[in-house]
Amino acid sequence: MSHTKPLVEDFATDFDHADPQWVSDPYPIWEDLRTRCPVAHTNRYGGAWFPATHELVSRVAKDTENFTSRSVVMSNLRPTDEDLPAPIGIAPPITSDPPFHAIARRLVLPAFSPGVVNALEPQIRALCNRLLDDMGDAAVVNGGTQFAQYIPVGVIQQMLGFPLEDIEMFLQIVIDVLDSIDSSAEDRQATADKNRAYFEKQIQDHVDNPRDDFTSYLLNAEIAGTKLELDHVIGTMVLTLVAGIDTTWSAISSSLWHLAQNPDDLARLVNEPELMDVAVEEFLRFYAPVTMARLVAKDHDFNGCPMKKDDWVLLGFPAANRDPEVFEDADKFIIDRRENRHVAFGLGIHRCAGSNLARLELKVAIQEFIKRFPTFTLENPNEVTFSPGQVRGARNLPIRVK
Amino acid sequence: MKVVINADACTGQGRCFGIAPELFDFDDLGNGVVKGDGKVTPELVEKARLAEANCPEHAISIEE
Ligand code: HEM
Ligand code: SF4
Repeated sequence: MSHTKPLVEDFATDFDHADPQWVSDPYPIWEDLRTRCPVAHTNRYGGAWFPATHELVSRVAKDTENFTSRSVVMSNLRPTDEDLPAPIGIAPPITSDPPFHAIARRLVLPAFSPGVVNALEPQIRALCNRLLDDMGDAAVVNGGTQFAQYIPVGVIQQMLGFPLEDIEMFLQIVIDVLDSIDSSAEDRQATADKNRAYFEKQIQDHVDNPRDDFTSYLLNAEIAGTKLELDHVIGTMVLTLVAGIDTTWSAISSSLWHLAQNPDDLARLVNEPELMDVAVEEFLRFYAPVTMARLVAKDHDFNGCPMKKDDWVLLGFPAANRDPEVFEDADKFIIDRRENRHVAFGLGIHRCAGSNLARLELKVAIQEFIKRFPTFTLENPNEVTFSPGQVRGARNLPIRVK
Repeated sequence: MKVVINADACTGQGRCFGIAPELFDFDDLGNGVVKGDGKVTPELVEKARLAEANCPEHAISIEE
């Protein structure tokens, strides 16, 4: 579908985040927009805007009056007012607006609080080491498909309390859900039905055998004294798949991609392990994987642009993270950057609920990888691929480890 | 010198208690809270300043 689209010639007036140039290297595009046209426009996707500066991204993220989260993934299928049960949305709280948003968010936050999440560290470490063990003594490994991708999948599966032997099937569900964004309404429905059956089966198993995991937590949770509707429970589970997996996977794989090409940074991390916390924040700033979207809620003027109700706005947290107004040497990766107010996890009421978990996964994954392989390089830079769409990260990542 | 969190601005980004656990903690929802009265002893001045400089929501201020 996307490859038949005309290539973009001017990103200021005809931008497309699925254009091959944007997918392979979006940073120069954003830099150019910041200097000549901080809010780009396109007629693609039925009409969309893209603010490229930190200030404007921040303004959109914090303005829930003029922008709605009813749909946070920009596609050709534009939801109408009738399509979605606003203000709840299909995957609360990410697709919810105030005031329901706060209720849905409050419900999930305790499950992702630092106290709960930090307790998962040994499990995550063990998972990483199992994946590294499975690589045997190969000289070339795949940092994406053999490592990065399985870490969040394994963590979410454990969190939800789904059977370990379902891992491949679970990965397929995740991929189907993520890929379905581009597919037809019928295909999306078929995927949704199939996955729903799987979730219902797992939920029934938790009803019969309650245990200490996120699924049982959701089944016991109440809003104003009433248990959650099944749709809300399933919606929240799907959210953890969509929000928690390819995001973290991308952050891990892009970080390994960086280290494979920057031996000085790799050597510093190996020799100065105390740098890890600041390094993780710089990986998150520099390779921020997640771009969100909003729909314009009502006609209004935004920074001189005539925004119309139901126009899309692509919310570029990764672009904000490269704004030289906010970051010194914004286009340089500085592994020990101490002042780093990056917005990889968003801003305002929708701040990533899973940020503590994501940070922990990223940190442990890098620590274990470099412990096992203190030196490594890209095997064939031309074979590296990046995901298209709103979650950006290295996918195929051949790495020579010896 | 004292650190203060503006609870209306804090969204629980978690940078403060990551950088300066001596000065900041988190509540059940993961939002940042100041430990005790927020007094910053001389050896923690640098960490307090870094916490302020890293909060994406600009929710931390330092009062002299
Ligand atoms: C490096 C990895 C990750 C990044 C960069 C990331 C980024 C983001 C961003 C930018 C948002 C804001 C959405 C918006 O403004 O519309 C968000 C929301 C969210 N994320 Fe993450 N995320 C990551 C990992 C995770 C993980 C591991 C989970 C949970 C398992 C998770 C769960 C959520 C949830 C539930 C929301 C919605 C919060 C709300 O709407 O109140 N994320 N994430
Ligand atoms: S860093 Fe800022 S937003 Fe995050 S918890 Fe601390 S005060 Fe709150």
